[in-house]
Amino acid sequence: MNAAVAMSARAERAWQVLGTVLDPEVPALSVCELGIVRDVIDHGDRLEVVLTPTYSGCPATEVIEQSVLAAIEAEGLGPAHATLRRAPAWTTDWITEEGRRKLNDYGIAPPGPVPADAAAPIRIFGRRAQSDVACPRCGSLHTERLSAFGATACKAMYRCLSCREPFEHFKPI
Amino acid sequence: MQASIDIGQDAAVQYLLRIGDTVLILGQRIAEWSGHAPILEEDIALSNMALDLVGQARAVLTHAGAVEGRGHDEDQLAFLRDERDYRNVTLVELPRGDFAFTVLRNTMASTFLKLLWARLGGSSDAELAGIAGKAVKEARYHQQHAADWVVRLGDGTEASRRRTAAALESLWPYVSELFADDAVDEAAHASGLGPRWSALKDAWHAEMAEILGEAGLALPAPVPFMSTGKRGVHSEHMGFVLAEMQHLQRAYPGGVW
Repeated sequence: MNAAVAMSARAERAWQVLGTVLDPEVPALSVCELGIVRDVIDHGDRLEVVLTPTYSGCPATEVIEQSVLAAIEAEGLGPAHATLRRAPAWTTDWITEEGRRKLNDYGIAPPGPVPADAAAPIRIFGRRAQSDVACPRCGSLHTERLSAFGATACKAMYRCLSCREPFEHFKPI
Repeated sequence: MQASIDIGQDAAVQYLLRIGDTVLILGQRIAEWSGHAPILEEDIALSNMALDLVGQARAVLTHAGAVEGRGHDEDQLAFLRDERDYRNVTLVELPRGDFAFTVLRNTMASTFLKLLWARLGGSSDAELAGIAGKAVKEARYHQQHAADWVVRLGDGTEASRRRTAAALESLWPYVSELFADDAVDEAAHASGLGPRWSALKDAWHAEMAEILGEAGLALPAPVPFMSTGKRGVHSEHMGFVLAEMQHLQRAYPGGVW
């Protein structure tokens, strides 16, 4: 959101509408809570919605674009078009607090902060990574990673060693 | 059958195609494991990594088409170029081999790509820098995952160790090409588009030595052989990759779904 420029009433309404557009892969949170809507610009004759993709190969990217535009048109705020902003790259740090809470309620452990040393060489750890991910069901930190990848690009599979439930974790990137 | 398109000799386009084609063909090879990986978790992992790579390829090839300025989009560049107009390094076109071969190649390729994307984040080309800012995070995750497997297999059973050592011997001759500079590298370096690939050599060897060391394997000695895929002269395997990848678009020109 561009706070330096006064937002038009139309753009403001568009933000409210976008707050109801859910992510198709993780329908617990909206595209705004996910942090991929970066700006809504009122050009007078049309609205521009600036989106930043989560992963390079995320198959939901095009569906999200369509549902965002459809929601705006349905509210009579169109015409609208979407543009792609690649830089800065999306990070899970942009998921809102409300979004994190909803993820947890949905059974997906939200991402922790992206480590500051993300550019450092990889760590060669043994077979089992030490987990600092809390179980979304019972809150225990006694969890282990089962699989580095999950049902979508943004998630990994974990298991709680206290309540024995498997769960998904939104990977911090 | 749909006719092929040719590509110009512009150095910036060549540099972009080397990147885009390398991630595309690696993604194609990794995707061959979908439904065939030894365990479900790895089936999902390999398919996810292939998705990331194909997504990166789409962005880079779209941009290469824009820089070329002759109206070629990502699909035309991917599906309508002949083998000699493909610019991927030979390493990524080799058949997928067994699981040890695949995870070792993924380690070698993702280590290289991570170092390359990190440098491309500072490219004078804003679009390429933007693509790199996202891709470097993905490459890093791919490298971590693949390296974990190399350590697990190299430092595993006698059979897993033997297979990993055999994979290393098979793959090593294709490493020199990654760091062999030519006029395309010089032009990219001069314009600020990206680094000479030789500039990544020392860091790549240091990271590979650490991973292989943990796996109980050593960096092999350099070999005199030099592959030439990034100049368009490929191994005998490349034609088969393209035959499968391009079949639909060649048989049904312009087909979409």
